[in-house]
Amino acid sequence: MAVKLPIYMDNAATTRTDPRVVEAMLPYFTEKFGNAASRNHKFGWEGEDAVDLAREQAAALIGASPKEIVWTSGSTESNNLAIKGAARMYAKGPEGSKNRGHIIAAAHEHKAVLDPCKRLQNEGFDVTFLQPPADGVITRAMVAEAMRDDTILVSIMWANNEIGTINEVPEIGALCHERGAIFHTDATQWVGKMPTNVDKDNIDLMSWSGHKMYGPKGVGALYVRRRNPRVRLEAIQDGGGHERGMRSGTLNVTGIVGFGKACELAMHEMDTERERLLGLRRKLERDLSSRLEVVQVNGHAERRLPHILNISFGYVEGESLLMGIKDIACSSGSACTSASLEPSYVLKSLGVGDELAHSSLRLSLGRWSTEEEVDYAVEGIVKAVNHLRTMSPLWDLYKEGIDVSKIEWQTH
Amino acid sequence: MAYSDKVIDHYQHPRNVGSFGTSKDVATRKDVGVGIVGAPECGDVMQLQIKVNEQGVIEDAKFKCFGCGSAIASSSLATEWIKGKSIDEALSIKNTQIVEELSLPPVKIHCSVLAEDSIRSAIADYKKKNGIAAGTDAAAATH
Ligand SMILES: Cc1ncc(COP(=O)(O)O)c(C=O)c1O
Repeated sequence: MAVKLPIYMDNAATTRTDPRVVEAMLPYFTEKFGNAASRNHKFGWEGEDAVDLAREQAAALIGASPKEIVWTSGSTESNNLAIKGAARMYAKGPEGSKNRGHIIAAAHEHKAVLDPCKRLQNEGFDVTFLQPPADGVITRAMVAEAMRDDTILVSIMWANNEIGTINEVPEIGALCHERGAIFHTDATQWVGKMPTNVDKDNIDLMSWSGHKMYGPKGVGALYVRRRNPRVRLEAIQDGGGHERGMRSGTLNVTGIVGFGKACELAMHEMDTERERLLGLRRKLERDLSSRLEVVQVNGHAERRLPHILNISFGYVEGESLLMGIKDIACSSGSACTSASLEPSYVLKSLGVGDELAHSSLRLSLGRWSTEEEVDYAVEGIVKAVNHLRTMSPLWDLYKEGIDVSKIEWQTH
Repeated sequence: MAYSDKVIDHYQHPRNVGSFGTSKDVATRKDVGVGIVGAPECGDVMQLQIKVNEQGVIEDAKFKCFGCGSAIASSSLATEWIKGKSIDEALSIKNTQIVEELSLPPVKIHCSVLAEDSIRSAIADYKKKNGIAAGTDAAAATH
């Protein structure tokens, strides 16, 4: 089978919307366009029914009750609402005071967790950013060590978006419950790919986004636990009191319908899809590692999402590598801030040296990835890396047996 | 990032890639000047080697570059421009000429600066090896 170019291998950035999702959404643009909050006519009821169904689909995927789902515009908003909303609600002191409570997060969280935490630091909260170990996995023990009597909130992502490593989320959740802290997890890269049960996994608040699991962009959900414990949030966006006052604003019915459909599809197809993608990723990883020297897979070898591979090629520079593989769409360096030339802060936090961080690619597979595409990508990457190494002065030094990291470079 | 056609051409068909020997070999060769500028952690390292004849003319030039496409193109272009020039002529090449020739966008100007630096650095190495004070006429050099 011929490969259609360019190949899409950036599913951790966003996914193609599943055509079945689009089909489910279409009537809600032009026919069933009612406002879900309109109580007096058929149009409104249709909208409300559609939102209710989507709430059930979303809740079913994560083992929650539909009443525990709050619709948002995506994970960024869900994270903001969860973190700022819980911190402000459970603060140990009034606005303007100091020592309002302790929060724990990891240093390699997405910016949509780091930046709300940093804002809370300016509001009198104390935040500990846990430094991940070289394998990138945050364990229960690490969180336990950082826990204090005044810890009110812990936010640890389920799986990392750049390296795909999986943190000890159920264990950390159990710890939080023992210690009376609220536990939030940014599960954007996890839900829809991996089995999730908010009760068994001890989760109080959980964020995820439609567009990372074959749903539409601009719609997300926040799971908010209602029992044992009942979690309350201070709203960020005030207005008509939608979503039980936690998130005002006319519901994005069309997007929510798509989100629900995407959850339903994920629930049915997750198991076979996971196995298939794991097979493809292993092949990608094996072929690249066997055909090229000085290759490093970043993050834990096993505890990783099935579809994400983050790999560094020594002595080649990332941007030039991307230029050499123009028909393979993937990410380099810091996935979400590729506009800057800074090496990825996630890789740096793992202790990956700047050179290897600069030369990293994140390849993320998805529902439509094929074996032919994997083969094509391997050929393309091997060719580009070899081309760049013939030009690389660092490669020559390495081949001469000189340790590049020991050289004193003339920097500007 | 959209690259100009000239940058893409240099990236795909770099001119004068190579070296005149291992780093140890060239360190002792008096007819070869070596310039290495940049640093791996900044994402750019350029190596320029020039072979200078007794008349002070750059007979041959080779580059290696670890860096983005614009950095590769800047150093590749630099080798084309300095070949056949006297070292004083080569010293008059300005980074702005490289920017113009390759249509580099503002975020890539540092690549052209590195290329200019690599020329200066290679010539300085050559002069040092041959006991020529910076700023004096290289044609006076004896190998
Ligand atoms: C782990 C993680 N959290 C949060 C986000 C933000 O999601 P969104 O852009 O849908 O708000 C992303 C996506 O980039 C992500 O990967």
